Amino acid sequence: MRQTLAVLVENNPGVLARVAGLFSRRGFNIDSLAVGRTDNPAVSRMTIVVEGDDHTLEQVTKQLHKLIDVIKIIDVTAEEYVDRELVLIKVSADPGQRIEIAQIAEIFRARIVDLGRRTLTLECTGNEGKIRAFEESLRPYGIKELVRTGKIAMLRGSRYTGGGNGKEEE
Amino acid sequence: MVKSGAQILVDGLLEQGVDTIFGYPGGAVLPIYDALYDAEIRHILTRHEQGAAHAADGYARASGRPGVCLATSGPGATNLVTGITNAYMDSVPLVAFTGQVVTAQLGKDSFQEADITGITLPVTKHNYLVKDVRELARVVREAFYLATTGRPGPVLVDIPRDVSAGLTGDEDPGPVNLPGYRPVTEPAPARVEEAVRAILAAERPVIYAGGGVVNSGAHAELQRFAELILAPVTATLMGLTGFPGDHPLSLGMLGMHGSKYANYAVCECDLLIAVGVRFDDRVTGRLECFAKDAKIIHIDIDPAEIGKNVRVDIAIVGDVKKTLNALCARLKARLPGAWQEKIRQWKKEYPLTYEENGHLKPQQVIREIYRATGGRARIATDVGQHQMWTAQYYTFTRPRSFISSGGLGTMGFGLPAAIGVQVACPDEVVFSISGDGSIQMNIQEMATAVNYDLPVKIAVMDNGYLGMVRQWQELFYNRRYSYTELRNPDFVKLAEAYGAAGRRVTKPEEVAPALAEALAAPKPVMIDFVIEREENVLPMVPPGESLDKMLG
Repeated sequence: MRQTLAVLVENNPGVLARVAGLFSRRGFNIDSLAVGRTDNPAVSRMTIVVEGDDHTLEQVTKQLHKLIDVIKIIDVTAEEYVDRELVLIKVSADPGQRIEIAQIAEIFRARIVDLGRRTLTLECTGNEGKIRAFEESLRPYGIKELVRTGKIAMLRGSRYTGGGNGKEEE
Repeated sequence: MVKSGAQILVDGLLEQGVDTIFGYPGGAVLPIYDALYDAEIRHILTRHEQGAAHAADGYARASGRPGVCLATSGPGATNLVTGITNAYMDSVPLVAFTGQVVTAQLGKDSFQEADITGITLPVTKHNYLVKDVRELARVVREAFYLATTGRPGPVLVDIPRDVSAGLTGDEDPGPVNLPGYRPVTEPAPARVEEAVRAILAAERPVIYAGGGVVNSGAHAELQRFAELILAPVTATLMGLTGFPGDHPLSLGMLGMHGSKYANYAVCECDLLIAVGVRFDDRVTGRLECFAKDAKIIHIDIDPAEIGKNVRVDIAIVGDVKKTLNALCARLKARLPGAWQEKIRQWKKEYPLTYEENGHLKPQQVIREIYRATGGRARIATDVGQHQMWTAQYYTFTRPRSFISSGGLGTMGFGLPAAIGVQVACPDEVVFSISGDGSIQMNIQEMATAVNYDLPVKIAVMDNGYLGMVRQWQELFYNRRYSYTELRNPDFVKLAEAYGAAGRRVTKPEEVAPALAEALAAPKPVMIDFVIEREENVLPMVPPGESLDKMLG
């Protein structure tokens, strides 16, 4: 089972090490982790995708809560949510293949962001399934390099999780 | 008014009511030591930083107030790590201050630089590297708040030398504000109600009490609760002083070296009331068999402990004292029945015993220490056979009178911890019960005890072996005593060299006079009890076995 957690943390030095260290020493598996500042510069938001059974996932949440720098944890997967990931893929492309690849990009609403003598670099945003499909369709051309941001997620609707005060509001 | 970081630290300590710190000076803490030179705080100079951490730990366990230790950067800081980890595993409120190289030299592999916040990340409740002197007052306040509230634990504050030497205005940082830290102390009424129903429905309840009872100061509440529902109480090593060992409802310790009747009671109960415990593997034995027919109520202040090792039926997150009070308010006294009778039978049938054969037995020594001190002493131990014999044979009746390394199992804890206990309780009798292996792990603290006229009595259970390891080799490795035999120094001469008194006891009839003499001496005394060499700690649940499968 996989779960996506949105974790609000105090933007203190070492907070990433605290979270990452907790996962490794308790034997929890991180699928992906994305972190960045929120609208409040004192607060960062981590989106963590974890793999494990119910018991493990419960422990992950409880152990995260014990970290003093962790302000709030939202299990995004428990509700309706939007998630996105961005991928950059550098793919082999002889001049004759460029049109073909551009068509694939269009299907996925991806963009060509750079052009080399024998390569194209594409940017694509979407959920996990779309990213996977995009990657698969480019694989035959030869993927030279691939980088993903890791998933970020947000609840749907008018509910939101304030950046600083840790309150959930309607 | 302009103040130095070191002065801010000292003022912060005074504001927290700190009267004693245990430490060891060095380059990176020179500004702090200069401020301590004329501060109204007692500083105990240990002979090793590990001793300082354990002494602060012992001080905290005996007094219930936070223990404070101080060390320099690099090796000073890393020498604290075992002591900090020990406090972490046993939830002891400890605040450790370390010096650090100047901020400009951080991360440059400078002389005596060690990333102590990185190193102690997994073994502290929280830690800080203070890079700006203006943050120091706030950090000191937060450190004590974190160490002492919720589930207690160690907090480390790393202070670069330019921060302790730096100057800033004297501004009050205001009350502690940690949005990510809100320990729940009030139990949820709905959960309490559920627990009450389960207690009323139970025919064979057992209370399994741990260190949380002691930390919460809930010994009186636990006694009232147990007497109300007539449930026998078994304790973990950490919870041993949470319930009087001479009470008719006491089952003593459970687990690997628990009493048979405690382990049988846990195996056959239909309701296990777990109070301030964490279901450690030394307690539960084989997990699938642990209290397998019982409903489990788990009361703990740390939500992460609930369901960590064992599935529980009713979870109450909250302070143990408050929760027990809430339960007592909703319960009525019960009458004894078949269960209480069965417990009484078990206690009669399977008492804790040892064979008396004319040789000096460690169990006899512990019993005689109990008699000589009227059961009123504060006893610190090291780790191993002597620790288990102490837990089994010294009947503890007062909270915070048994000071022992439980979770981490740190050999070398006993003597420095006893020093901390004696500092916290200057008018009480303090014993350090040790083994001939353990005592040598921090023997240098003899000098500290003598230096500060701390009349700690050190009883060494000397069998010339690392006894507990030897016992396992005997039972599970075909008596292949691989590197467990010790050739020891002359402990009597050693004690005398340190300026303490030393004495050797080899016969059963010498024990009582030796103890009487030691208790009368106004200084540290070390007694070398030369005990039967291959005595085992029994009963014993072999590792990975069910609690009812006991040897001995």
